[in-house]
Amino acid sequence: MKTKTGVSRKDLMPYLFLLPAALFILAFLAYPLMTVFFYSVQSYDVTKLADKGFVGLENFKKLFADKIFYRSLSVSVKWVLTEVCSQLVLGMVLALLLDEKFKGRGIYRCVVFFPWAVSGVLTSMLWSLIYNENIGLLNSICKDLGLISKNMAWLGNMKTVFKATAVAEIWRGIPFFAITILAALQNIPSDLHEACVVDGATTMQEIFLVKIPMLKDTIILTTLLRAVWEFNNVDLIFTLTGGGPSYRTTTLTMYMTNMSVKNGNYGYGSTLAVMAFFILLIFAGVYLKLSGYGKGEA
Amino acid sequence: MKTNKGVRILKKGLFIAGLLVFLAFILFPIYWCLATSFKPSAEITSKEVTYWPAAFTFQNYVEAWMRSGFKIYFKNSLFISVFGVVFIVLLSVLTGYALDRFKFKGKNVFMLVLLCTQFIPGAMLITPIFIIFKNLGMLNSLFALVLVNTTFHFPFNSILMKGFVSGIDYTIEEAAQIDGCSRLGAIWHVLLPVLKPGIVTIAAYGFISCWNEFLFSFMFISKQNKLTLPVGLKNLVGEFSINYGQLAAGAIIAVVPTLILFSYVQKNLVGGLSSGAVKG
Repeated sequence: MKTKTGVSRKDLMPYLFLLPAALFILAFLAYPLMTVFFYSVQSYDVTKLADKGFVGLENFKKLFADKIFYRSLSVSVKWVLTEVCSQLVLGMVLALLLDEKFKGRGIYRCVVFFPWAVSGVLTSMLWSLIYNENIGLLNSICKDLGLISKNMAWLGNMKTVFKATAVAEIWRGIPFFAITILAALQNIPSDLHEACVVDGATTMQEIFLVKIPMLKDTIILTTLLRAVWEFNNVDLIFTLTGGGPSYRTTTLTMYMTNMSVKNGNYGYGSTLAVMAFFILLIFAGVYLKLSGYGKGEA
Repeated sequence: MKTNKGVRILKKGLFIAGLLVFLAFILFPIYWCLATSFKPSAEITSKEVTYWPAAFTFQNYVEAWMRSGFKIYFKNSLFISVFGVVFIVLLSVLTGYALDRFKFKGKNVFMLVLLCTQFIPGAMLITPIFIIFKNLGMLNSLFALVLVNTTFHFPFNSILMKGFVSGIDYTIEEAAQIDGCSRLGAIWHVLLPVLKPGIVTIAAYGFISCWNEFLFSFMFISKQNKLTLPVGLKNLVGEFSINYGQLAAGAIIAVVPTLILFSYVQKNLVGGLSSGAVKG
């Protein structure tokens, strides 16, 4: 089936299959991404439209002198570390529990994995009912236990807001790790477990010396993906705290969103976005390199 | 032997305690929301916190559904999710199939592009995409949301789909082609029926992602009768006095479809992820 140009229909087929995907990516990802880079060197503020135009590296200069930028970056680091570490540890414990056979495992699994399917907005609604100063369950429980004497506004208090937000996101994030780690655990051949029993290894030895090393690649990949997602997380923080009070929960992504969406300063918002993009890119590269992904026995 | 038995009982106790702690932590917010949704507003705001509604009522649901517009939000969310699923499944079957079954120039590059899309924060692209749809006159259009949701959710599902396709032996397609089927015919008549579990899984993922999407809906839709559930919920909080009963009822209304879908697909979840995404 050679045509006149010498390209057979068969050669074109894979490209035809990928054409719709390519169009979507070009129109709604690549092109918008390019505009973000373009506007990062422009002045584009809806409150100061008269100044609109090319400003060179002015926005980047502003960024490096911007205290809130550094502050939000440190909140981002704290947020990603807190979320990924707690979700990984708790998710792994849950996966190890679920790897054992017990009665009612199917329904138990269905219940504990459910937050995976719950949106950020819904998570924040569920937890705001718990944290609420006047009607919240947490105040009532803490008072019953004698931990506090007066009702607390958990999300309005500078000391508690980060922890409270973090717990809500951990709630939603545990199932992701539990699901992926459980999937990897079930790929470990069962004769390894038998060998452990024969050699008289304790459960802890089996977990730390046999199972976890075999999970290495899964753990590296899932933590990286989750770190990126948590860095980019806006839904939950946006609806639960809006970044406040006084920037306590303003991550870099929240700062960028508020800058473009709330303040209408799209030029500077784009500069923040470009910065965030490069930070993620460098992080991912360094992380994969240092962790030795794809190498080793697994 | 005695210590051995003691250790075994201790282990079993720890195991059960572990299971219960997780169960309590996961169920706690859902239980509280459910309990709140059945309480009359006087009971919700009263100083004495009741752990289960003393005066059980459906009033919050009736009001959320009829008066607060959740009936319309539900319909809109259903619309964008159903069409989103159609697009996402179509694109991921085409893309996943091409990436697994064909050898061609640029394959690895395309794969890399799909992976890289996972690194782009949606929040970063809100304004440029907003401008695109503004120029197209598509603000306040639910179809714009379908397009955006498809864009953000098909890449990951395509990678998953590649895993599902590679799990199916190519010889069945070959056999059909020898019997006189065209390549597309073989895909349609032979591959797709076998691929059904994978398609169902991806449809469910896609539906849940579209159903849950917030940021773009929040930015692109301003007309009350075009709002989706997550934005409707968020708007309940924005008002001067929050009606907690309706908020809780609205949250439960929003969560029920995902709950049903999730319990249907969760068995495939562990298998699907291990064959598709993680092992690549």
